[in-house]
Amino acid sequence: MIALMSQAIEVTEVRKRYGSVQALAGVSLTVERGEFFGLLGPNGAGKTTLISILAGLAHADAGTAKVAGHDVRADYQQARRALGVVPQELVFDPFFSVRETLRIQSGYFGLKHNDDWIDHLLERLDLQDKAQANMRALSGGMKRRVLVAQALVHRPPVIILDEPTAGVDVELRQALWVFIRELNTSGHTIVLTTHYLEEAEALCGRIAMLKQGRVVALDSTANLVRGLPGVHVRLRTKEDRLPPSLTASVSAHQPDGYVLSLPSCNEIEQALAALREDKIEIVEMEVLQADLEDVFVRMMNKATS
Amino acid sequence: MSGFATLLYKELLRFWKVAFQTIVAPIVTALLYLLIFAHVLEGRVEVYPGVNYSAFLVPGLAMMSLLQNAFANSSSSLIQSKVTGNIVFLLLTPLTPWATFLAYVSAAVVRGVCVSVGVILGTLWLVQVPFERPLWALLFALAGGATLGALGIVAGLWAEKFDQMAAFQNFIIVPLTFLSGVFYSIHSLPPFWQAVSHWNPFFYLIDGFRYGFFGVSDVAPGRSLTIVVLCLAGLSLFTLHLFRTGYKLRH
Repeated sequence: MIALMSQAIEVTEVRKRYGSVQALAGVSLTVERGEFFGLLGPNGAGKTTLISILAGLAHADAGTAKVAGHDVRADYQQARRALGVVPQELVFDPFFSVRETLRIQSGYFGLKHNDDWIDHLLERLDLQDKAQANMRALSGGMKRRVLVAQALVHRPPVIILDEPTAGVDVELRQALWVFIRELNTSGHTIVLTTHYLEEAEALCGRIAMLKQGRVVALDSTANLVRGLPGVHVRLRTKEDRLPPSLTASVSAHQPDGYVLSLPSCNEIEQALAALREDKIEIVEMEVLQADLEDVFVRMMNKATS
Repeated sequence: MSGFATLLYKELLRFWKVAFQTIVAPIVTALLYLLIFAHVLEGRVEVYPGVNYSAFLVPGLAMMSLLQNAFANSSSSLIQSKVTGNIVFLLLTPLTPWATFLAYVSAAVVRGVCVSVGVILGTLWLVQVPFERPLWALLFALAGGATLGALGIVAGLWAEKFDQMAAFQNFIIVPLTFLSGVFYSIHSLPPFWQAVSHWNPFFYLIDGFRYGFFGVSDVAPGRSLTIVVLCLAGLSLFTLHLFRTGYKLRH
């Protein structure tokens, strides 16, 4: 009952230090049940450390972490039953076939007759032809799929995917997202870390950004993107020049024109007026939508300064 | 299947899939020892009255193989899983430290016993060995396999690379097994080395196991078993503590 009512993930003031490196410096966040949550940040931001603490692979120096209401230390068995983790590293046991690997993983969770679900996973991950193949014989992409199947073999309500599409071809990536979205639709909570920000923007309802072990942004994806101040305008002029009054606003000069970063939409009119005044003819103009990458870059720069 | 049964099954399957390396090879090695030592020393040494040297050697070699292979099973499984990273699949599960410990130790015992039975069967056509107290032999085989299985876990957890594991095996396990009275009775040693041998727990395993065959031993079997069980209990508690704290497994 506790598991049904509680949040999928609840992290409170978690700190973790590795030697002289403060990997997590007091992270607090909650992920509600059924969310598709993104955990973003540059390398070394603490994403994998946070996942490791939730999965019991690392112990926090301070703070508490809960999965489906179960403390990851005090109630580790229930916490681990509730959690499926797709690790970042492409690891496998070379002694076993795909089916043996999945049966063994089921058995660790005390599941005796799990072949129907294993067959379903093999089919959805396009591995049914490889069920009897030894893990060594699989390509990198296929090994990645087996990792996903292993994480799902005990039907955990909370699934963490640590950069699951790194080095994966487009076809598999798309198939994987269709599958993960389905799991999310059917009630599974998904936590995703990725360096592909378009993926995060398209999939995640809410996002936390980590930088140097701290949460520097935590909001719905839409709010994060919407909340980005300023506007970007790409314009190409016939003379390929701009009036001197606008040069300070140029954020990029590309072959297809200038990108002006203006404080707000109101400044667009002033910029156009300046162009008219200098008799510069506009060939093409486009107001660029801010995306998650802009938010990410801004947050990371802000956190640094 | 429970988590324990699954891990045990996986550990058995792991060594069974490479049985030539894990079972057959150590049996052949032990038989070669027997052939060479028996050939050189037969008729020159009589350790127990009425027992020829080849017969004396068989239980010792069987137990030595059991101990070394029980150690190799748990230690190699853990170090391989750690180095390749697939230990994570175990760490993500709700398996308790007890279940993990028992599964690794049980698999080590099974492999050790398989090898020692193979050694004894392999010597049947070479030499007649009595089997006076089979229950004692069985008790010492199980206790020896479990002790070395637990020691293998400690080594597997401690070692971070294969080199460290090889050092543990070659500088601790092999000397302790070789200098435990496999090839001789400690009564044939000078008093100082007899005293030293009594500090080697492997000596009691070999001596007690041999008692199961000849009904004769250097030390009373009950005393040997007590010492062995105490060592096993202490080592088990230590190993469980390592699993509980996640020593070199969970940061």
